Amino acid sequence: MASITEFNPSTPKKDLLIMAVFTAVVLTAPIWLAPIGASYPDLLQRFAIFGIFAIGFNILFGLTGYLSFGHAAFLGIGSYSAVWMFKLFSMNALLAMAFGIFVAALFALVIGFICLRRSGIYFAILTLAFAQMAYNMAYSVLTPITNGETALTLDVADPRIIDRAILGDAKEALPSPSLFGLELTGFTSFYFCAVMLILAFWVSLKIFRSPFGLKLLAMKSNQNRMQYTGYNTKPYLLVAFVISGMYAGLAGSLMAVTDPLAGAERMQWTASGEVVLMTILGGAGTLFGPLFGAAIIKYFENIFSALNKTQLTEVFGFLPDGMAEALASVSLLFVGEGWHLTLGIMFMLVVIFLPGGLMEGIYRLTARVKRKRESGGAVSGGAVQPSE
Amino acid sequence: MSDIVLDVSDVNKRFGGLQALSNINLQIEAGKTHAVIGPNGAGKSTLLNVCIGRLAPDTGSVIFDGHVLTGKRPHQINQLGVARVFQTPEIFLDLTLVQNVEIAALAKRDGAFHFRPFKSMFKDKELTGEAEHMLEDVGLLRLKDEHTGNLSRGDKRRLELAMCLIQHPRLLLLDEPTAGMSRHDTNRTIDLLKRIKERGMTKVIIEHDMHVVFSLADWITVLAQGAIIAEGTPDQIRGNPKVQEAYLGGAHV
Repeated sequence: MASITEFNPSTPKKDLLIMAVFTAVVLTAPIWLAPIGASYPDLLQRFAIFGIFAIGFNILFGLTGYLSFGHAAFLGIGSYSAVWMFKLFSMNALLAMAFGIFVAALFALVIGFICLRRSGIYFAILTLAFAQMAYNMAYSVLTPITNGETALTLDVADPRIIDRAILGDAKEALPSPSLFGLELTGFTSFYFCAVMLILAFWVSLKIFRSPFGLKLLAMKSNQNRMQYTGYNTKPYLLVAFVISGMYAGLAGSLMAVTDPLAGAERMQWTASGEVVLMTILGGAGTLFGPLFGAAIIKYFENIFSALNKTQLTEVFGFLPDGMAEALASVSLLFVGEGWHLTLGIMFMLVVIFLPGGLMEGIYRLTARVKRKRESGGAVSGGAVQPSE
Repeated sequence: MSDIVLDVSDVNKRFGGLQALSNINLQIEAGKTHAVIGPNGAGKSTLLNVCIGRLAPDTGSVIFDGHVLTGKRPHQINQLGVARVFQTPEIFLDLTLVQNVEIAALAKRDGAFHFRPFKSMFKDKELTGEAEHMLEDVGLLRLKDEHTGNLSRGDKRRLELAMCLIQHPRLLLLDEPTAGMSRHDTNRTIDLLKRIKERGMTKVIIEHDMHVVFSLADWITVLAQGAIIAEGTPDQIRGNPKVQEAYLGGAHV
């Protein structure tokens, strides 16, 4: 098993550079994503939101190795909390987010406390059970809070106590989430999510570089040794669980900020499975892997699934008629409704050939390039290099 | 006897029909190396597990430095000052050697739980320095940034020892520290343990290899079939007919 945990082969200066480049890349995303047709705010903010979700999931799964199959529950809880904040108090996005994170943390504390009594597959099953419980309750006994299948939405008649106190009696129109008067729609809303993503990434980087992160990683490697070395492992795991729950809560409330409604389908087990896929596809335990995974899956979901036969025939238009037709029909299996097939094949290839995810692929490539450059330099210098 | 670090009194342990330990009494003095030997199945490992609180004795008590160890969890026992080397080296694979040692040092410094996620490892030059010094001590400094998966068994054992030693334990328990090692590695480990001994660390060694035992021990306890059959200095044990009998298998075949 490859161990490409990005722990420590770094310096504060290098980390600063990482943050600077990351910030620049995220903020310019609408420009450099334009050529592949992904530069519209709705998709961009989805990249950011699921990126946050996956980064947080990676703190639990990537560092401690505990595979939670129920993290979508915290996503849903974050959304519901945020919408309730909008309804009852204020349309301010920051308040909604703070509340979403807080409630998700509370739930994570309780669920984590119970689930962490077991490890491995039993832990995964317990988390899955909790998430399904949350999902089903949202549709049944909790309908007064979740509004069941109709989903929780805003209403003109909502109390919005704080907003009304400050702005006087509200207008007739349905308000939208805002940041101190700045309405969060379109690109404004993307940039809001982008800033949150950068903050979330920074916190994750800090955790990766801290003794706390190192201890989590050690726990993944050998929990027995950890205990005999004098560590009480339970609270460490619980803190990691709560932190990743809070990330999910943040992602969930951002979903509510960008589109102020909350439905229970967000908590379904497929959503929990999706974040597992993102993390493994990109590379669990790496800093950037989960982000890549999230972006790739969301890109496929939105762009690949939208391709249809006419577009494909156009792509293959340079070929003779019959051939273009045939090729289009074959590739149609992999796009449109069939985008899951492409995703599945890609996932299989990654798991089989790159168990460390796409990040492992990148590492291998850079290592190969480095080696080639070194041997190339040596040859030009006249030295004889032993062949591999 | 003065200054008893570990006091095992009247310990009995039964597994089903097997009396694994019967009426064990051990007093381990500060600064001494105490070896527990015996043929396979004599109850050595059971005794060690009772000492560390992993197994609860049926009767009797284990007192370390005034604390009852029975019922305490592994991390609590470690925090009291007991470190343990396992029969098969237990280290953190996937991490580098220096990180392995740093984690052990952090447990000693920060306690069983310490949460400061925004503290950077880089700024902890003191910690890294301490860890590197420790690795130098056990002869592994040149490998400090290697991943531990690549180490030989002897090196893994030395790393595990380094992880225990950096915590400056009051009592070090070693479960067959040279099991599965080459003669060369065994001799290097003996040298290392001798050096530790000079620093006055109290040790309990469980060992098969008589060469190791007679090179290191101040006091030897011989177990056979769950009971202590002899106790004494290495010279006394060497000449004890009962011990020879137990080892050569004269009595109970």
